Amino acid sequence: MSVAPGLQPESWHLLSLLEQAPGLQALGDTLADLADEGHPVVVGTADLKYSNGLVRFQDRHPDKYLQFGISEQHMVSTVAGLATTGLRPYVATFASFMALLACEQIRTDVAYTRQPVRLIGHHAGITLGFYGTSHHATEDLAITRSIAGLTVIAPADTAALAAALRASVDHPGPVYFRIGRGRDPDVYPAGTTLEIGKAIEHGTGSDLTLIATGSMVHPALEAAAALTADGYSVGVLDMHTVKPLDETAVLKAARGSRLLMTVEEHNVLGGLGGAVAELITEHGVPVRLHRHGIRDQYSLIGPPTHLYRHYRLDAAGVETEARDLLHAGTR
Amino acid sequence: MTAQTPAEPADSELIKRIEERALFARLETVRLISIAKTGHYASGFSCAEILATLYYGVMRLRRGEPDWPDRDRFVFGKGHAAATLYPLLADWDFFEAAELDEYTRLGNAFGDHPDMTRIPGIDFSSGSLGHALSTGTGMALGGRLQRRPYTTFVLLGDGELHEGQVWEAALGAAHHRLGRLVAIVDRNDHSLDGRIDGVTGIEPLLDKWRAFGWQTHEVDGHDVPALLTLLRSLAQDTGRDRPAVVVANTVKGKGISYMESEFGWHLGWLAEQDEANALAELRGTR
Repeated sequence: MSVAPGLQPESWHLLSLLEQAPGLQALGDTLADLADEGHPVVVGTADLKYSNGLVRFQDRHPDKYLQFGISEQHMVSTVAGLATTGLRPYVATFASFMALLACEQIRTDVAYTRQPVRLIGHHAGITLGFYGTSHHATEDLAITRSIAGLTVIAPADTAALAAALRASVDHPGPVYFRIGRGRDPDVYPAGTTLEIGKAIEHGTGSDLTLIATGSMVHPALEAAAALTADGYSVGVLDMHTVKPLDETAVLKAARGSRLLMTVEEHNVLGGLGGAVAELITEHGVPVRLHRHGIRDQYSLIGPPTHLYRHYRLDAAGVETEARDLLHAGTR
Repeated sequence: MTAQTPAEPADSELIKRIEERALFARLETVRLISIAKTGHYASGFSCAEILATLYYGVMRLRRGEPDWPDRDRFVFGKGHAAATLYPLLADWDFFEAAELDEYTRLGNAFGDHPDMTRIPGIDFSSGSLGHALSTGTGMALGGRLQRRPYTTFVLLGDGELHEGQVWEAALGAAHHRLGRLVAIVDRNDHSLDGRIDGVTGIEPLLDKWRAFGWQTHEVDGHDVPALLTLLRSLAQDTGRDRPAVVVANTVKGKGISYMESEFGWHLGWLAEQDEANALAELRGTR
């Protein structure tokens, strides 16, 4: 798809926007591959097929694609009913409308009934920048994490998303995927694999372990590299599965590091930081934990990169936050 | 009996049987509420003939096989009337009728709202109003995608139509041309706080559904011959490309004189002598 001839190459419109989002291309393509391979996949969205890349699925499998229009609650309940007939529905919409607007449908129709429905909340966190609070989702991890029986996965990049989708095909029960706007820098090579519930360890650190999820894994790795270059011992855990939390990995980090810092594009209340705090406190591990994220406020509007800088959620910001913690921890 | 064949003509014996089973469902409702010491009498009584007609005269089911893939589906939007449905599912040998003796006891599968994860024959859990037409839509879509020949029936309360999601589903089912989806509205004119027209009016109801692209029908929801003829014809009309809605005019609390159209009996409990009198009235011996 291209913009009308005569316009400058930098110009874009809705239909060509997807070219800038490899992660969302991977969403549509991977689901289409799974259908090609014979998995009973059905895919749907609520009037966002160009925004989330599912148009690429529709192109390849129009007979397995469902358009719901702007009716997220209806979409979630419908695929709960659909799943009882033996199909594996994957449905996607903005995370704010998936996890917040359709929260009760997820709880009551999908999770309580244990249907193998896969819910994909894209443009999570503050990725929608200046579109405003209605479109930000900094509560979705807390909401979905508290729903019994729901698995919660936030892949770090395009390859991890594809791996997580593949890992979910035969996963029992429902899954919530939390993804960004498909433009996260690559962390993993194409074709990587991922095990649901098992964190990926990027080195160990006796001074500090950064426990990051989703879009924050890449900046955490960059921050860790800078701190390591300065002589600190810093490890990173990619906690792609926020629930069930990889307790073994967290407790190992808590016992092996002087400091822990969670990094998430989410309110620090109830998300990854909350999950880690609950675990280490219950196990009585004497480690200081700093939860880094949005601190119980509605985020400002602005271009996403500016917001990441403002909230110290880019690589430089995570590094600064970590240095503050390391210095405070030595006083 | 194996699969029912809805093509059989309605005969007086079948009609008598359905009416007798509707009475049985009411008697059992009183008994189960007596065990729980609270429950929904009136909502169950208004739909007793509808449920009995579906389960004994219309739906394709297999005795003792609640998961038969080609069975007709039933989603109970007004799930709070589950006590009236459970006895009929026991009749189909989906579970032992004696299990109902422990209705609502700690850990029992049978509560005020139906739970598909614990009760064989419940095609979808319900309780939160407004979801059922969507879940039924999903079953109809699943049937079509997999070329299975079943019909999905969804029974909605008229108060339930206040929920916006019902109208999302009405739009969606019509858009997807789900001819194998039949919604039945139990129009008993009451919700919890009183008469529907005083809570939030929903009329003109048939016009609304028609405007949403549905084939519409109206019937007396206590008239078994009329229900049987209409619901069978809708189940057999496999070429229809529009979902169909049946607005069934009913009386809330039907069958017990002082409960009829008295919204206070939406939820309640009858002490011993009152219960005996109610059962006698239902049986026609009082």
